[in-house]
Amino acid sequence: MLTFIIRRFLQIIPVMIGVTLAVFLMMHLIPGDPAQIMAGERADEAQVEQMRENLGLNDPLHEQYLRYVGNAIQGDLGTSIRTNRPVVNEIFDSRIWITIELAFWGTVLAVIFGLIAGIISATRKYSFADVSLMIVALFGMSMPNFWLGIMLIYFFSVNLGWFPIVGWESWKHMVLPVITIGSGGAAIIARMTRSSMLEVLDNDYIRTAHAKGVSERLVVYKHALRNALIPVVTVVGLQFGTLLGGAVITETVFAVNGIGRLVVDAIKARDFPMVQGAILVCAVAFVLVNFLVDIAYRLINKRIDLN
Amino acid sequence: MGQQQLQPNINISLTEKPVKKSRWLAFMKKLAKNKAAIAGAIVVLTVFILAILAPWIAPYDPTHIEMSKKFQGPSAEHWLGTDDKGRDILSRLLYGSRISLTVGILSTLLGAIVGVVLGIVAGYYGKWIDSLIMRFCDVLLAFPGILLALAIISILGPSTANTIIAIAIFAVPTFARIVRGSTLGVKKLEYVDAIRAMGSRDSRIIFKHILPNITSPIIVQATLYIASAIITASALSFLGLGTQPPTPEWGTMLANGRSYLAQAPHITLFPGLVILLVVVGFNLFGDGLRDALDPKTKK
Repeated sequence: MLTFIIRRFLQIIPVMIGVTLAVFLMMHLIPGDPAQIMAGERADEAQVEQMRENLGLNDPLHEQYLRYVGNAIQGDLGTSIRTNRPVVNEIFDSRIWITIELAFWGTVLAVIFGLIAGIISATRKYSFADVSLMIVALFGMSMPNFWLGIMLIYFFSVNLGWFPIVGWESWKHMVLPVITIGSGGAAIIARMTRSSMLEVLDNDYIRTAHAKGVSERLVVYKHALRNALIPVVTVVGLQFGTLLGGAVITETVFAVNGIGRLVVDAIKARDFPMVQGAILVCAVAFVLVNFLVDIAYRLINKRIDLN
Repeated sequence: MGQQQLQPNINISLTEKPVKKSRWLAFMKKLAKNKAAIAGAIVVLTVFILAILAPWIAPYDPTHIEMSKKFQGPSAEHWLGTDDKGRDILSRLLYGSRISLTVGILSTLLGAIVGVVLGIVAGYYGKWIDSLIMRFCDVLLAFPGILLALAIISILGPSTANTIIAIAIFAVPTFARIVRGSTLGVKKLEYVDAIRAMGSRDSRIIFKHILPNITSPIIVQATLYIASAIITASALSFLGLGTQPPTPEWGTMLANGRSYLAQAPHITLFPGLVILLVVVGFNLFGDGLRDALDPKTKK
């Protein structure tokens, strides 16, 4: 197991190098002079030159990259153009925790509803419940979540007044955003659980268990579900990443001050250090979550090999 | 989004023309039996026809502002009502379908072409070039969800053309991975070894033997990908980072209607319903194609 963890960890390294390189290069790929952009459009030549010197833009590219990574590891992601505060503080003071909370509850909702719906569907194949659940799942998967969020606000906040429209203070603020962010994942997990369960239920050992007189409940929950969960775990990991990305939309709809909204605002304000920092943090978080998911995957399925 | 779809099995054929025809027939028969797939195909086809005919069937000019008629609900005159500037929502949705379909299909096509080339090269040649391409894909996939598209838009600036590029790049690793897997599967077959031993050139093997054998998974993935591309494109517009107003686009229409939710919910309701319908159509059709092309499914 330890070898597995070490080998899997070593695989992360090239990805991290690639991710930091991509984020670093963003600044240089923007049409125009990075120093001019950082100094602002109204800056005169001397100020731009000063900025170029400060940012070390006159150094060779590889030196700039190494410096960027070195600084990032030490927790320095530059300074926001808009607020003039360190990017790291902007992200970690409150923003990212709100997004993690949102993504976490979204994942919990997706897993609970997805699993329940998937199991019901698989154990009652082609029944009314199965067909209706799968239709709901199809629509859940196809629904643009920004529209779902707005419609939830319309019905539950504007019309019924049950939940506040915007903000992130009490559990009441969290209900609608969590539904918005988690519904797509619930649909995907439901479909995945159903097909995975059906495949497992078709196996000989399930028939043997039935023949031995094992109760239906035990067959489903002990024999089938355990094996059916294996592919589902991977989807859950992927979902967490999708939700980190989905936070961009949900936070915009519900005016939640998380990292997703930070990215959108920063792009609109052309605050590039902020954009770079926020995207880098999300990507690193996603890579680490996938690493943990792979370890969990290995724990439930010892047969899996890295290659 | 659609990327989590299962990878379809590879269809392997060593067949001559007459048999090919019967395989095509069998596939069509299987597809025709799948009612959900047919429903999806009808939705997709209808939207295509409406998009093409938009200039002739739209009742009004989609950008024509008439302030005296703002916030009108659905009526005989304006079937789906008017927006905050008195523009006809039905006409805007009809014209908007041209943008959404164009973005969805072009970005998928572009991403698929690059992804297929990279996937075949990685799978066929293997070794360091395979590692290089796959690590490149890993890096692209490390940016979760819409964030990669956002990063690209932040470099290129918001516009419809840049939305297509951003979503296409987003699609590359998905296609590259699937194609690499399928290529590896076909490459292992004995007959490919035999052809190579006979001195066939790589390009001939790739175009005549590998590519035809991996088209099914590519087509299925592309159909499903168009669905998520349409959602991503409208999401970018919704955020104000895609197609820019006043161009009628579903996502921008939705974002615009949000400010008038209490007084005129129909401005937000209809664009969302249309996106949902089209995406359901592509998903149903894609699922049906996968089932019909997958040799594992029972007839």
